[in-house]
Amino acid sequence: MNWLSANWPEVVSLTVDHLFLAIPAIIITIVASVPIGRLAYKRPAIGRPILGVATLLYAIPSLPLLIVIPVLFGTPLRSNATMIIALSIYGVALLVRTAEDAFASVDPQVREAAIAIGNSPRSVFWRVDLPLAMPVLISGIRVVTVSTVSLVTIGALVGVSNLGTLLTDGLQRGIVAEVTTGILATVGLTLALDGLLLASGRLLTPWTRPRRTPRTNTNEAV
Amino acid sequence: MIEFESVSKSYPGGAQAVNNFSLVVPSHRTVVLVGSSGSGKTTLLRMVNRMVDPTSGRVLIDGDDVRDRDPVALRRSIGYVLQSGGLLPHRTVLDNIATVPVLNGTPRRQARQAAFGLLERVGMDPALGSRYPSELSGGQQQRVGVARALASDPNILLMDEPFGAVDPIVRRELQDELRRLQTALGKTILFVTHDIDEAFRLGDEVVVLREGGVIAQQGSPQEILSNPADEFVREFIGIDTADRQLTTDEVGGRTVVFDGDGRPVGVMAS
Repeated sequence: MNWLSANWPEVVSLTVDHLFLAIPAIIITIVASVPIGRLAYKRPAIGRPILGVATLLYAIPSLPLLIVIPVLFGTPLRSNATMIIALSIYGVALLVRTAEDAFASVDPQVREAAIAIGNSPRSVFWRVDLPLAMPVLISGIRVVTVSTVSLVTIGALVGVSNLGTLLTDGLQRGIVAEVTTGILATVGLTLALDGLLLASGRLLTPWTRPRRTPRTNTNEAV
Repeated sequence: MIEFESVSKSYPGGAQAVNNFSLVVPSHRTVVLVGSSGSGKTTLLRMVNRMVDPTSGRVLIDGDDVRDRDPVALRRSIGYVLQSGGLLPHRTVLDNIATVPVLNGTPRRQARQAAFGLLERVGMDPALGSRYPSELSGGQQQRVGVARALASDPNILLMDEPFGAVDPIVRRELQDELRRLQTALGKTILFVTHDIDEAFRLGDEVVVLREGGVIAQQGSPQEILSNPADEFVREFIGIDTADRQLTTDEVGGRTVVFDGDGRPVGVMAS
């Protein structure tokens, strides 16, 4: 506790650093995975191989990836950009399959009806497929969020500061309180973001929890 | 007016859904296509709004080939009601009804306002407008489906077994409601069903289909009942069953009608 009270401004600033790495990576992951997932669902012949490759990306060990990315993308080695790209690659690997499942979960008859009454392909996507895929998609995004927030800590190994810095620094200097703080802060941040996602998921999908039971009596107009 | 000009539809692998089918659906009339599954009736219906394109032949609306129309614009100009309503589960009743006007650029507020009126038109309490479809009974969902189809005031309504998924009592009510609406609105309705009683109740003209979209008989319900064209039609309309073989007898000064099993089904109006 003494360590924390002496160092809390440092912890706060590392938490902010942590968020600036995790949140852009999560957003990039979503923006990249949804179209791949939809392609895999609509055109399996093209989409499935892409999906397979994307899923395999998760097998790349993280430290080599952090060295390869600067070579491929021209980003500085110890930079937020390198970290964000690496996290996005892992995120996409985790999310694409769920994104495909999310579109597969949309009732084909509802989609068909939407087309038959005059939705254009674009409005079918925005007004029908995407909202109805949301419950499954959000469960996938929650998994990605938990995984990304904890993966960020690896950045500390290549000198990108975040809550993982507390772990590397604390281990090197033998300060148990610092390591404990790093672990608890990371877990706390994960839980906070997950809670936020859960809440926004509920706001985005109000129809999944009907407020009233269906009326089966015929006192009113049927 | 809708015209089918010798349309055929075959699928890769040789399955023939419709074979050289021709029919005129006159304006402001209700024509019912009735047949069992495999008769191609739904395929025919879906050719009108280009959900299916014929392999050969043409479908014309007021003289214009539907193939020359943009499918999206065409579909928005035609009301479509399908089984179980086909409502969007994530939109409220009002937003479901307002779908096509909103797609056509009507401001959302104005479209919702109009949707209230349409709910009343189909015999529903406008207070139900804020519900989601899952919060309605099957019959109510079906009514919302009809309201949605009427929202852009189309000339043509396509109805694909719209009342197939509700119980018989509610189905009867919905049929009566549709007749009432049709008397008031005078749309050109193409209606598909496998239920011959429904066909006779709703159709100005009934087209009995056999396998592969071949017309077995076409005519008013009276014509078909009084003069079935062949054995297939006799069987399909059940002309020889107890329900259709009615006799009368004098009972206590009234003429009572009995079915083929001798059960009384009504009295003759005096």
